Amino acid sequence: MANSDSAFRRWLRGEVDLSAELRTAEMPAPPEGERYEPRHHPALIRMIARQSHRLYVALVAVLCVVLFTVLLLAAANLPAYGDAEAPTNNQVSERYVNQGVEETGALNAVAGMMLDYRAFNTLGESFVLFAALCVVTVLMTRGRRKHPLPSETDYADYYADPIVHTMCKVIIPVILVFGVYVLVNGHLSPGGGFSGGAILSSALIIYAMVWGDERAHGAIRESTVRRTAALALGFYAVSKTCSFYMAANGLTGVASPGVPGRIFSAGLILPLNVAVGLVVCCTMYSFYMFFRRGAL
Amino acid sequence: MSLVQSFPLFSIVLGLLCAVVCFVTPKQWGRRITLALLLASCVMQGWVLRFCYGNQAGYTYQLGHYPAPWGSEITAGLLEPGLGLLCSAVMLLAVIGGGRHIGHDVADGKQHLYWVAVDLTLSALLAMCYTNDIFTAYVFIEICTISACALLAVREGGRSLIASVRYMVFALIGSSLFLIGVVFTYAVTGQLLFPQLREAVAALWAAGTYRFAMTVAIALMTAGLAVKSGCFPFHGWLPDAHSQATTASSCILSGVIVKGYAVLLIKIIYRAIGAEVFMASGAQHVLLLLGIGGMVGCSIDAIFAKRLKVMIAFSSAAQIGYLFMGIGMGTAAGLTAALLQIVNHAITKPMLFLSGSQLADASHGRMDFPSLRGAGHRNVPAGILFTIGAVSMVGVPLLAGFIPKLYFAREAFTLGWQRWPVLLGLAVSTVLNVLYFLYTAVLIWLPQEADCRFKPVTPHWDEFVPGFVLAGLNVAMGIHPGPLVALIEKAVALLGR
Amino acid sequence: MGAMFDHLLHNYEEAAAIALLSIGFCMLLFDRNLLKKVIGLDIMNSGVFLLLADRGYIAGGKAPVMTEAAAEATRYVNPIPAGLVLVGIVVSVSMSALMLALTVRVYQTYRTLDVDHLYMLMSHRRKGGRA
Repeated sequence: MANSDSAFRRWLRGEVDLSAELRTAEMPAPPEGERYEPRHHPALIRMIARQSHRLYVALVAVLCVVLFTVLLLAAANLPAYGDAEAPTNNQVSERYVNQGVEETGALNAVAGMMLDYRAFNTLGESFVLFAALCVVTVLMTRGRRKHPLPSETDYADYYADPIVHTMCKVIIPVILVFGVYVLVNGHLSPGGGFSGGAILSSALIIYAMVWGDERAHGAIRESTVRRTAALALGFYAVSKTCSFYMAANGLTGVASPGVPGRIFSAGLILPLNVAVGLVVCCTMYSFYMFFRRGAL
Repeated sequence: MSLVQSFPLFSIVLGLLCAVVCFVTPKQWGRRITLALLLASCVMQGWVLRFCYGNQAGYTYQLGHYPAPWGSEITAGLLEPGLGLLCSAVMLLAVIGGGRHIGHDVADGKQHLYWVAVDLTLSALLAMCYTNDIFTAYVFIEICTISACALLAVREGGRSLIASVRYMVFALIGSSLFLIGVVFTYAVTGQLLFPQLREAVAALWAAGTYRFAMTVAIALMTAGLAVKSGCFPFHGWLPDAHSQATTASSCILSGVIVKGYAVLLIKIIYRAIGAEVFMASGAQHVLLLLGIGGMVGCSIDAIFAKRLKVMIAFSSAAQIGYLFMGIGMGTAAGLTAALLQIVNHAITKPMLFLSGSQLADASHGRMDFPSLRGAGHRNVPAGILFTIGAVSMVGVPLLAGFIPKLYFAREAFTLGWQRWPVLLGLAVSTVLNVLYFLYTAVLIWLPQEADCRFKPVTPHWDEFVPGFVLAGLNVAMGIHPGPLVALIEKAVALLGR
Repeated sequence: MGAMFDHLLHNYEEAAAIALLSIGFCMLLFDRNLLKKVIGLDIMNSGVFLLLADRGYIAGGKAPVMTEAAAEATRYVNPIPAGLVLVGIVVSVSMSALMLALTVRVYQTYRTLDVDHLYMLMSHRRKGGRA
């Protein structure tokens, strides 16, 4: 503990360069064609870099100071913190709070706002995650040239540890149940798709960490993860578009608010929460697997 | 409510759905789905444009069961479907013309992801055009940023990785500034939808309360979008990003994506903040001067560029300068000229990127100027296209590039002190354009040296047909700009209402 | 000026958020290590989210979940900033993942995380090559 504490202190003082830490782990050498061959003398490059860096630092320092001052002054100009008379507390938020239960059927006003009143934002938001998943796939998938992956022995073998192994057997089902609870109670209590999905994915990630990612890859198939995410996104987009289209044409939707407080209430909010949760879960798990083994 | 009015929503969601479908289907489907999507989007935007033009009015489309200050909405005037049509058409031509390069530059296992990124980009651009909600705008800006990064980083080899890092650092600063601006705006007005925001801002400005916070919010949102669209002092990422990507991505990044942010800025100025308040904050003078700085500074950089694609990319940064100068003029005629510049640049720059990379292909893929000597003889269609594009960029009459310059110059005479910097900037920038574009256009037609090791190539139809379509549009806009100018003037009139 | 300072003291949460934001912004701009830039980005985003979340607080307000336990509350806090922060956090997570993936790839290819060094490589490698 003392050792890690002092390392942390050194990092706080800025003595530890994280890039140096990374360099100690043996990375596979890139193949010949990809390796950088300096065209100019390295010392010359370093000198130019240092000079241009100085100018850059001076300019950026001025910019930061100006920005900081202006933002502070602007913050001082904002309505007072916690003021009930602030412009933000207008008829918009009042309706979300006062009529939200009646109109959307969700007890959780945030869920009602995100998945019913302003559902288009949340649609975009789940697609932000999807877009990030695509970029991470693009970047972490090895293309034509195969990089050898770091071998298993570089990492701690949690499976051999009886305490970790046994505890995880107990704790993973508990996490899964809790995740599902948070997910399906999103309209009744704090939580919802994003938090529930993150909890579910943490269970999967613990499984992959302890049982090894080869085994996780065998248990949770790549195509399953991708199709689940795609289906959930497709469901969200299609169902919400239908609802928008019907609303624009003056039709009332099939989904009704129901009896507030029941699990099966609040119309589309529950299925949308589940869809968002699945997207978040698949995305987070995919991020972990891509960073861990370079493939899903 | 007629079916046409739902088309903006349908085209946005169709883009998202196609992205999802491309993600799970094999790669040969991705290309077909994307081409079909782009074509469908062209048809839908054209239809909406016709509908709005027939009615001479825009409309607002409510998303969900709740009216304006509570629910979200999208809006279509003449500007929005027009730009949607432009984006879809340019992207369609870019992915057809750059198709061979995509096959070459993108690994087999990642091609379906390239199509996912194209679909998401289209959807995000359309949403940015149509949205009437400032936070939806933020979310779709982020989708656009991420998928643009995918378009850039998907290329194997080259320095696209470093270019992506550089692009992302600038893009993240831009989005954070924009988000802080949105937070300040929300804090002082309590509204997120454009029409309500505009009323609230006007009321606040008249009352004089929270004026400093509002000014800072306007400055931050403007700065964020200016960083993202590569306005002059923040254009460091643009040349690398646009020159390192594969050809189709270069066309999309340079032709439409940077314009998407600029259009959003225009919409925020005229619909969310209100032109009067924006002009009173003085931000337009900064935009004007930065624009002129970009026109001159980036043109000088382009002269010193050593490789063709880098030169074209620097010229993009200079052309963005014209656009910001037009916004900075602060008048309806200045905005008309800026929108003409968007159209001009969106049809000319992809043509230059497509033909430029085909000329490079005829020189064993080499982009340096000595190797490109006589490249026009080795690939005649690409040479002709490049020459038309270069001459148009210089601003020769009867080509598209002349029209915005003419309108900028005409508008400049009605301005006050801004007249002299604008005219000087236009003159210097045109002279610099002549230096680098005409030089290149002449270079590719020089006789080849006797010991030239490059062989002539016979181009395939899909390589030059999109270029000729763009060239046709370019000449049409140059010879007969009347209908386009009339359309844009109506769009500007609708925008401020 | 004095009044403004008083106001800032009253808005101490906002001042803290701005400080956090500035720390992150400086890190994003000054630090040459790509990994620290990503950390700076996250710190900056935390500052923005703190600022946004503060805007929803109403003195004495309860969380806007209308269960029976909270039904007698006279006042709930504004739910809009909470929703917007949620959106922002998801965007920020996506951006961090993207930047970290880029960092890993950059390190595998160029064996350095120094951004200046990378930019120098950009302008000094294989001139005239296919771009």
